[in-house]
Amino acid sequence: MSLSADRQVGSRRRRLLPFSPWHLLLMPLSLVFVFPLVQMVLTSFMTSADINRFPPRLIPTTLSLAGYRGLFGQSHILHWLLNTVIVAAVSIAGHLLLCSLAGYGFARLKFAGRTPAFFAIIATVMVPIQLLMIPTFLMFSRLGLTDTLAAAFVPWLASAFGIFLMRQFFLSLPKELEEAAKLDGCGSFGTFFRIVLPLAKPALATLAVFTLLGAWNDLVWPLIAISDDRFYTLQVGLTTFQGTRRTQFELLMAGNVVATMPLIIGFLLAQRWFVASMAFTGVKR
Amino acid sequence: MANRRGVLARGLTGWAFAGPGTLLVVGLSIFPAVWAFLISRTRWNGIAPPRQLGWANYQVMADDPELWESVRHTFALTALFVPSSILIGLIVAIALSQDIRFIKFYRTCIFVPFVASAAATGILASYVFNPQFGSANELLRRVGFPAQQFLEDPQQVLVVICLIALWGQIGFTAVVYLAALQDAPKDLIEAATVDGANRFRVFWHVTVPELRPVTVFMVVWQTITALQLFDLVYTTTRGGPLNSSQTIVYYVFELAFQTRRYGYGSAVAYGLFALTMVLTIGMILYSRRARVEAF
Repeated sequence: MSLSADRQVGSRRRRLLPFSPWHLLLMPLSLVFVFPLVQMVLTSFMTSADINRFPPRLIPTTLSLAGYRGLFGQSHILHWLLNTVIVAAVSIAGHLLLCSLAGYGFARLKFAGRTPAFFAIIATVMVPIQLLMIPTFLMFSRLGLTDTLAAAFVPWLASAFGIFLMRQFFLSLPKELEEAAKLDGCGSFGTFFRIVLPLAKPALATLAVFTLLGAWNDLVWPLIAISDDRFYTLQVGLTTFQGTRRTQFELLMAGNVVATMPLIIGFLLAQRWFVASMAFTGVKR
Repeated sequence: MANRRGVLARGLTGWAFAGPGTLLVVGLSIFPAVWAFLISRTRWNGIAPPRQLGWANYQVMADDPELWESVRHTFALTALFVPSSILIGLIVAIALSQDIRFIKFYRTCIFVPFVASAAATGILASYVFNPQFGSANELLRRVGFPAQQFLEDPQQVLVVICLIALWGQIGFTAVVYLAALQDAPKDLIEAATVDGANRFRVFWHVTVPELRPVTVFMVVWQTITALQLFDLVYTTTRGGPLNSSQTIVYYVFELAFQTRRYGYGSAVAYGLFALTMVLTIGMILYSRRARVEAF
């Protein structure tokens, strides 16, 4: 799903201004979207004296690492970062394996109960997370999963969205290759892992980005299931600052930088896959 | 016999593929949803044994002023957020579909906030909108407006939360519309242009009808997003000031995890579920009657 510029529009009327009038909309709009992120980074390098000055300054007078020093010295931020990386990695691995297996099963294999099972999966999309919070918390605490990282990644090992995405992808693949593999004596799993999965790389990349965003940014599950601060994810850790360090903006913004920069850098490097993942959520229901 | 064994083997293979994912997805939502219903018919704090109440929790909801306040806030937020996110998203998508200089740079700028978590966005917003140190008030001061209290003013808080949600979500609506605009039939647009229709008429009569299914989908999707907005409320105001930004989902969270009223909390969650279903199905039926094939 490449988003190349539409060449139909905007070629004729360029006489009134030396540039397209769309710049007058897009320039300030881009500023509105990016300015807060720029300010976040700049503030994370300020001293509290700089922040509390009136009128407020945008550019730090001196480059100060006080915010980061406070962050790394007084919180378990490195633990949280590591926890979040583990949760995201396990979630992505789970999604790629379980959703592609299930998606292939629903797209290609005939078995008893296939249609009701698929409908049950689609029906789960309508159930709001708030309805599930209490029983899931109780379930996790009975299984001994509270205060473990598993509480954060188990709900992210597979999703209705992921199964649906992979099913749609496999439905769009021509069947000939699989049939040829079967004639050569390949079993269902052999065909899947050796022939089909290598063809599914674009869909898997989309799914991986979707899972990364979801698992990395999730707040609700780890918030209700984890109370030991060594097992927090970054998102939960950040929210605990708000009570205790309400006005230490250099520290708050340093925490924000640590929590968001990995995804922002990922977005800048692989914008194509991020955009494909966002667009798929909307268009291909 | 051999045939039956073949069917069995095929069934086993099918479930070997589909089983684990299905079990996890269904097991983590249908099963807890049924359990939540059983809990909603009890009084329970999670420790003492639950007491069966029948439908009493649902009857209590009818005269719980705090619940109706949060319903009002939720509706206000939804009414602000859904139309503005769709309208702005569409305009931004049209702008971003132009073949002009720097268009890739603009796209990157406008899409990037989408990857920031709601928690980080909320914390960043409480800095930007801080009445004393924030840049929002600094901007107002420079253009000659009085300073505002933003998230600390019960009159403004929902509007500010809506603005923050828009900042994070416009990238998403714009991407979806941009993809739909590029799927619009090029030959039809060309034909209309050749026939001498001006650009606005082409847009209105050719492109807009093509966008209807996506728009129906976006209205449903964004309505669900707005009804269930939790992370942003949690990280900006925790329902305050004076409960003025307490939404239904936040009320459920408070009932469950602060006051440990599991039974009543589950009943309110079921109320929210029913509301979401009624609105979603209503919108889908309406779009069917208007002959828009969105679902």
